[in-house]
Amino acid sequence: MGPGGATALAIEGATAAQPGQPPHAELAAEVKRTLAEPATPELQKSVDPDDQPLYASRKKIYPQNVSGTFRRLKWAMLVVGLGIYYFLPFVRWDRGPNAPHQAVLIDLPGRRLYFFFIEIWPQEVYYLTGLLIIAAMTLFLMNALAGRVWCGYLCPQTVWTDLYIAIERWIEGDRRNHLKRDRQGWTFDRAARAASKHFWWLMIAWWTGGAWVLYFADAPTLVKNLATFQAPLVAYAFIGMLTFTTYALAGWMREQVCIYMCPWPRIQAALTDEYAFNVTYRYDRGEPRTSLKKAAALHANGQPAGDCIDCLQCMYACPSGVDIRTGPDVACIQCGLCIDACDAVMAKIGRPTRLIAYDTDVNIERRRQGLAPIYKIVRTRTVLYAVIITVIAAVMAYTLATRRNDGVNVIHDRNPLFVRLSDGAVRNGYAVHILNKTLETQRFALKISGLPDADVEVMGSESRSNGDPVIDVGPDQSREVRVLVTTHQRLEPEASIPLTFTVVSSEGAVAASAADHFLGP
Amino acid sequence: MDDRNKQRDAPETQVGTTGHEWDGIHELNTPLPRWWLWLFYATIVWAIGYWIVYPAWPLLSSYSNGVINWHSRAAVAADLAALQAERGPMMARLAQASLQEIESTPELLDFARALGGRAFADNCAPCHGAGGGGAKGYPNLVDNDWLWGGTLADISQTITHGVRSGDDQGHQGSMPAFGRDGMLKRDDIISVADYVRSLSGLATTPGADLARGAKIFADNCAVCHGPQGKGNHSVGAPNLTDQIWLYGPETKTIIDGVWNGHGGIMPAWGAKLDGVTIKALTVYVHTFGGGE
Repeated sequence: MGPGGATALAIEGATAAQPGQPPHAELAAEVKRTLAEPATPELQKSVDPDDQPLYASRKKIYPQNVSGTFRRLKWAMLVVGLGIYYFLPFVRWDRGPNAPHQAVLIDLPGRRLYFFFIEIWPQEVYYLTGLLIIAAMTLFLMNALAGRVWCGYLCPQTVWTDLYIAIERWIEGDRRNHLKRDRQGWTFDRAARAASKHFWWLMIAWWTGGAWVLYFADAPTLVKNLATFQAPLVAYAFIGMLTFTTYALAGWMREQVCIYMCPWPRIQAALTDEYAFNVTYRYDRGEPRTSLKKAAALHANGQPAGDCIDCLQCMYACPSGVDIRTGPDVACIQCGLCIDACDAVMAKIGRPTRLIAYDTDVNIERRRQGLAPIYKIVRTRTVLYAVIITVIAAVMAYTLATRRNDGVNVIHDRNPLFVRLSDGAVRNGYAVHILNKTLETQRFALKISGLPDADVEVMGSESRSNGDPVIDVGPDQSREVRVLVTTHQRLEPEASIPLTFTVVSSEGAVAASAADHFLGP
Repeated sequence: MDDRNKQRDAPETQVGTTGHEWDGIHELNTPLPRWWLWLFYATIVWAIGYWIVYPAWPLLSSYSNGVINWHSRAAVAADLAALQAERGPMMARLAQASLQEIESTPELLDFARALGGRAFADNCAPCHGAGGGGAKGYPNLVDNDWLWGGTLADISQTITHGVRSGDDQGHQGSMPAFGRDGMLKRDDIISVADYVRSLSGLATTPGADLARGAKIFADNCAVCHGPQGKGNHSVGAPNLTDQIWLYGPETKTIIDGVWNGHGGIMPAWGAKLDGVTIKALTVYVHTFGGGE
């Protein structure tokens, strides 16, 4: 029995069960056509192996619209995710007079990163390291719990592709209408719809690129400058690049990105285990597949028949063109749309839903053996990921909460390490770097301890307070000064005396310090 | 259907095979996506476009220029011009301000030290050391002993016109070769060397006749180095009474200097560097710490 015949029967079965539904004859014909085409060229057995094509063309996918839990979840994620992306640059945040008023701003020329109440300097790039570790561990944890959650719901490639597919359906129709239009050849109607679709795709792509650059400058000003062609060339260049990549990747490449370009499917395949929830066809329940009528006949004879009626709705709903019933697939992004599609069919034919569901390998096997399913959320890997995430997040939160608004770094002169003055005194030179992360000018007093009765001189700064040199550092700035320490005392040969450089702000509340040495001949 | 084709579906993977088989190992047929091939063609098209737009092909006496007439030399010039434009306002302030004003204005001082530091590394460091620490015969610029004066004006003058550089306004005068030119006898020079060491409190040869050395010093050396040996900035004569030695304090080194003389050369940088850079260099050297 060929698979095409079985499918046709299955659809007829569905028609019989649910009279008054959409034209099933047409659907059945389409199924036959689909199955009449060889799935992949290499299955054409009559071709000589050395004459086979070396390249496979992309098969255009016409994903069918579905409704259900996971579709609603995906819409919610899309609206929230894109909403944040497109509008976040316009959120204002008052930091006072000496800082920008944009909540999220990557100020590359000023070398500052602003994120609501957080301001990061370049030397604090370790926060980025922490974020990346947390991101990776969260990805791993999501994978250990429920497979490719990232791929199915959160990945920008998925979200934008989903949006592009929605536009495609809106203009060119859902799967069946779109297929029908494409088969009719190039009519004016089809051309007009295609043009309209690409226009909207490009508009979205352009807005995507436009939103990107707003994170790097004051958003309202940049929008005005972009509109009046006053913006820097680099802004237009980045908008152009992101317009192109969004349009190409979400409009044309789609599942090809996931299958061929993305490393995560391979990585996650190595990270997953038998206890991870994955979108799975429950073959323990579905097999053998057969039509409603045949299933009834088989049951009457006391023979087994599965719940799957081979209607292929799961395959038609899939944005990657995967048949979930063949098992785990590198192309499957686990978006759950096949679950919605199958649930709709199961509900119509009066069988229990979730023939395709989030399930674990171990439970499918246990059910087959008549055992009760077991769930192990707490496993070595989930605990380990959660602990790493918690520790890194706690360390970051602690360092952010106790982040100093001042700082001092000292670099000893390398050439010469010391210098003998004409009266025999020994002098060391230092580059002292003082940081002021507050938004007001700060006056710091420099104290050097470790070498009593040493002269401390700051080049270019005559002012002193209680005998200590004072240095003004502007708001949100750092300043490097040259500091000379001179001693007249007799030093041991090859002396190396530990020194502590302390800067005390005029408020005197906090003091930052750094250690160095005083070297002698 | 031959045997070969029967093996085309590997049961383990459910992926078709190419039919190639070696010792029971089948080659899975996983063709590249066709757009991959298009990318390859796109790189070829890109390369052709690149040949047309940019300089690419060597010709007999020249090369293909490219339609936008791009040159790496012009790109460097444009980058430098952009740098000058960016620095413009600060450079103008630096040009206007006096050396004293630069040192007393923190932002001008920071800018001048940054600018001077680069110029020093490019031009001065080969002789004076990366941090101005000097070397034998090349003065240490960090200490507070100066041959030709350590005020801002003196340093600016020395940098601009050099020392024995051939520049009309450069510093002249050198240590004569007293021994080689027959002005002093060998034992006179040995005596005066001991006397010179005694000026800064260094140990002298046991039994040395310091009084004789003093007499020889007064007759021959004091005219430049001063009666007390304190030196003279106007002729570049070093102070012999302090702890700092350009060539070294060893008796042998001093004898060698008196016998053969000294006359190191510093180029006149005014001919090579612009005025603002020399200002920045002056401030940079002055703020090494020894400036007067």
